[in-house]
Amino acid sequence: MSQNDIHPMDKLIRADRMPHIWCSGCGLGTNFSCFLSALDQSGLDIDKCVIVSGIGCTGRIPGYTNIDSYHTTHGRAIPFATGLKLANPELTVIVFSGDGDLFAIGGNHFIHAARRNVDINIICVNNFNYGMTGGQFGPTTPLDAITTTSPYGNYEHPFNLVQVAAGSGAVYVVRWTSLHVRRLTNSIKEALLKKGFTFIEIISPCPTSFGRRNKLGDGLDEMKYYQKYSVIRHGIDPKDADLCLNGKIVVGKFIDVDKPTFLDNQPDLVSMAEKNKK
Amino acid sequence: MDYWRKPLDIDKYEITHGAIHIIIDRCKGCNFCIEFCPKKVLEVSNEFNVKGYHPPMVADQAGCVACKLCELICPEFAIYVTEDKHMAISKKEPHED
Ligand SMILES: Cc1ncc(C[n+]2csc(CCOP(=O)(O)OP(=O)(O)O)c2C)c(N)n1
Ligand code: SF4
Ligand code: SF4
Ligand code: SF4
Ligand SMILES: [Mg+2]
Repeated sequence: MSQNDIHPMDKLIRADRMPHIWCSGCGLGTNFSCFLSALDQSGLDIDKCVIVSGIGCTGRIPGYTNIDSYHTTHGRAIPFATGLKLANPELTVIVFSGDGDLFAIGGNHFIHAARRNVDINIICVNNFNYGMTGGQFGPTTPLDAITTTSPYGNYEHPFNLVQVAAGSGAVYVVRWTSLHVRRLTNSIKEALLKKGFTFIEIISPCPTSFGRRNKLGDGLDEMKYYQKYSVIRHGIDPKDADLCLNGKIVVGKFIDVDKPTFLDNQPDLVSMAEKNKK
Repeated sequence: MDYWRKPLDIDKYEITHGAIHIIIDRCKGCNFCIEFCPKKVLEVSNEFNVKGYHPPMVADQAGCVACKLCELICPEFAIYVTEDKHMAISKKEPHED
């Protein structure tokens, strides 16, 4: 054993910004590590990769990478990423953001980018609440969960994100937890190399906000919970992958199809208009 | 229940060994590496780092098979493993152990 040398991922992170802001036991660092490994293994030219986020604890991820990255406004990562991709089709564009950012304030952007099959890759860290702002409930908070804004239990039905993604038209839909480090890394690699709108949901511990209020223990306890209660069900209908508080967690690859992207389908409008003038 | 038997040609393979590197002052003491190491190589140390966390320590250096699960799962980029020989062997998820 040796101490204080250089970690192999230091080439892809901004090592001078370590330690990052995430709490002890938070899953975000692990999710980030898997992403970096996937990027490293993908063979992509990292100078042609761009990562975009909105606001939140998850939204801090781009700020810690050494590749081109944008920390945009709350909910607007997807329109920003769409613009990047349409202006520079040779880029691989990744959106890494939270459940609140992508599905509350940013929900409409999500469904329409998926519908159009814009060739971008979405990674959503679902920690079932707004971690950064103190743990309010959001669109993925399970029924009955306690949050700062649902002190007597949440009575709103949550989104099943993989069902929303599939229903909106995503060509690739998977769910893993922060514990499934190898499978998550492989799925991210697969998504990066796939054409079209891809969606990866990562169920992730937030011991400080969601975990604490729902008596889930520390981050390690949440990881042990995933170990015990995750079931892999590749190819099932995403509607059957609902999540609930303290229930089993269905994970796996649900959708992997091919269809033309927004850019593939876009006609050459300039020459069409010119022809019309004559 | 065991889902697999010992491979019949196991003697033809040399098990990789790893050298474990811990960047002590990056650790936030989450214990993910200790809990999910498939070979139970790591343990909590009594030492405090600059942030007041107990970093892991290597309890069984010879047991490390360089699967690098600890490296991938660590949220802090605080632990990594270099291989002594050939390719890594364990491609398992921690929950499949
Ligand atoms: C326009 C706007 N509204 C509200 C906020 C406050 N705000 C910051 S982060 C956040 C929610 C983040 O939740 P999520 O996307 O789930 O990220 P997490 O922190 O859980 O990773 C909110 C509401 C803001 N920054 N901007
Ligand atoms: S508040 Fe929750 S999501 Fe945010 S860093 Fe802490 S544990 Fe992670
Ligand atoms: S490389 Fe694998 S066997 Fe070695 S300490 Fe890390 S997790 Fe354990
Ligand atoms: S996983 Fe990383 S941060 Fe957590 S105890 Fe191990 S070395 Fe420390
Ligand atoms: Mg969240």
